[in-house]
Amino acid sequence: MKRITWSFVAVVTALFISANLAQAATKDEVIKRGYLQCGVSTGIPGYSNPDAKGAWTGLDVDVCRAVAAATLGDASKVKYLPLNAKERFTALQSGEIDMLSRVTTYTLTRDSSLGINFAGVTYYDGQGFLVSKKLGVKNAAELNGAAICIQAGTTTEVNLATYFKQNKMEYKPIVFDTSDETAKGLEAGRCDVLTSDQSQLYALRIKLANPDDYIMLPDIISKEPLGPAVRQGDDNWFDIVKWSLFAMINAEELGITSANIDQMMTSTDATIQKFVGKEGIKGEGLGLKDDWATQIIKQVGNYGETFDRNVGKGSPLKIERGLNAQWKDGGLQYSPPML
Amino acid sequence: MSTQKKKHSLLNNAFFREIFFQVLLVTVILLFFWFIAHNTMANLDKRGIATGFKFMSQASGFGIIQHLVPYDETYSFGWTFVVGLLNTILVSGVGVILATLIGFTVGVARLSSNWLIAKIATTYVEIFRNIPLLLQIFFWYAICRSLPSPRLSWSFEDIIFLNIRGGYVPKPIFEEGFSWVIWAAILAIALTLCIRYWAKKRQDATGQQFLVLPVGIGLIFGLPVLAFLVTGSPLGWDLPTLQGFNFKGGMTIIPEFAALLIALSIYTGAFIAEAVRSGILAVSKGQTEAAASLGLHKSKILRLVTIPQAMRVVIPQLTSQYLNLTKNSSLATAIGYPDLVSVFSGTTLNQTGQAIEIVGMTMLVYLFISLTISFFMNWYNKKMMLVER
Ligand SMILES: N[C@@H](CCC(=O)N[C@@H](CS)C(=O)NCC(=O)O)C(=O)O
Repeated sequence: MKRITWSFVAVVTALFISANLAQAATKDEVIKRGYLQCGVSTGIPGYSNPDAKGAWTGLDVDVCRAVAAATLGDASKVKYLPLNAKERFTALQSGEIDMLSRVTTYTLTRDSSLGINFAGVTYYDGQGFLVSKKLGVKNAAELNGAAICIQAGTTTEVNLATYFKQNKMEYKPIVFDTSDETAKGLEAGRCDVLTSDQSQLYALRIKLANPDDYIMLPDIISKEPLGPAVRQGDDNWFDIVKWSLFAMINAEELGITSANIDQMMTSTDATIQKFVGKEGIKGEGLGLKDDWATQIIKQVGNYGETFDRNVGKGSPLKIERGLNAQWKDGGLQYSPPML
Repeated sequence: MSTQKKKHSLLNNAFFREIFFQVLLVTVILLFFWFIAHNTMANLDKRGIATGFKFMSQASGFGIIQHLVPYDETYSFGWTFVVGLLNTILVSGVGVILATLIGFTVGVARLSSNWLIAKIATTYVEIFRNIPLLLQIFFWYAICRSLPSPRLSWSFEDIIFLNIRGGYVPKPIFEEGFSWVIWAAILAIALTLCIRYWAKKRQDATGQQFLVLPVGIGLIFGLPVLAFLVTGSPLGWDLPTLQGFNFKGGMTIIPEFAALLIALSIYTGAFIAEAVRSGILAVSKGQTEAAASLGLHKSKILRLVTIPQAMRVVIPQLTSQYLNLTKNSSLATAIGYPDLVSVFSGTTLNQTGQAIEIVGMTMLVYLFISLTISFFMNWYNKKMMLVER
């Protein structure tokens, strides 16, 4: 009760105060402050997870780092705020964070009624089911009557209800606030099934005591495009976050990597010259230094590198590129041209 | 005084000043709230955040594990408010009853002349009063979670089952004619009340006593049983049975409810025990001795002399404990019990994003429940006060 009262007071005062200050531009604030405040998860390996020393890594974290590299010239100047699903939008609305990069599904309701804007898609996902092998279940159609653990405040809750209704099946939703509690519920046997976006299921599975006792069902019951979001009303900041992500995706398509970016600086290819800020609009449109995209690739790497390092071949998760491959390779990752 | 009378300025008139400043204060406060409300709405609008209560009639689209009224994902967001509220009332209501029972028992036990009983009661109070409630909730939940899986359930005569998914008990099915049993019970209660009234009148007039208690118990149990037999046992049971993953049929007590209820009752019970002890200690020894010298029996002294006086000290504290229990029940969300905060301020808020409206409504509900409890307890307190002659 105390917590709600406080969050209520916080939202109201934040809205109240900010009414009277002229809305400061987020980019200027970040530069003045000297670091970016980025909202992430409380710990999903591969997406946003603190290591033993408290340093954050992951695909979502790399998006924060890219924005910091573009704005501040230094990818390490980020302060991470761990948020559970229920807290995330309030944190963004009230200005506690400059951007949200936390396995968040891009939906109509969120984009149009929360006062936020989605700046692209970092990971195309879908909702899946993780079940104990002991149950002997082969696919989701056999889940009638199952007790299912879910995290509160997610798209997952709604997809699940829709799926079971469509298939005329029943289920018992056990809803927890944190992913840790949800995972514990599955391990202890409180629920038969854990459901969430597949990416997070892969990630949570490696956190379980005996990951091999659990299998992923083949069914995917929803579309979950996960991406970063910013507050509505600051178009320049929206563009910066959007194009930081596009720059990473574009770099992969153009074959620019953190390893070859220095050679690329001297390339005579017109497209690459525009990318590294030698030609074209450079940093002017976004109000950033001309080397903004170069810094992202140098310090963070292109989309493919980030993917492999955090969730793909080079990580414990070993997730296939699938939908997240470049459009030329049959995937959905497609960046508008940087012309 | 005389100088005041000379100056006929309105500002120096005490009555006028009193009214004037009160009106001024109220106006300023109202203006302040209007300003905040207006400002907030304007800002929400400017930032593209939806406002208003239209969401209340939209379909919720999510499931809730425990609902005392019909509910599924096709019902509205407004209805999730009712479902959550009833779940809050259920756990708080049962919690208040259990905590009171525990509190009175332990409070009296602490004053027992039996050393062991008194020590056990003291230890109980000291332990449960001093451990944070949230930890206690997690503790009981961990215990619920260590129960066996559905297939290995503990069972009692194959009618009651206990496993990690909860407790499964037979569900009564009322068949035609059962209403007679209920009417019989109501009749029995009314009869008992009449007999009590008559007995009191007679005692006042003649001094003769009548044993109301055994007669009352006989009536209240006897009449309904008679009606039950006469109407041909109109009651069936829906037994829980294992089917697939889980038990089907019967009634389920989910572990989240059990853990929360146990934690709330035991924690609040410890505080109530202290209130009861202090209440009893507040009744002076002279009272008991005087009653004893009148030849009253020990149990009558407790019932007629000690308890009524102790209650005056206990009730105000009891009120605040009941309020605490109700408010503390919102910790439910930590273990996923679908109370008002978890369902409405949690999921519904997140699906609609309308924080101000939803949190505002939730806060009003707690305010309303608190005021109702205080109102009722104040009324009860007044009634107890009147016993003073
Ligand atoms: N993509 C979905 C679900 C996102 C979500 O919160 N997933 C959980 C998975 S169990 C999570 O990441 N929890 C981490 C945390 O609470 O920090 C959404 O945007 O609603």
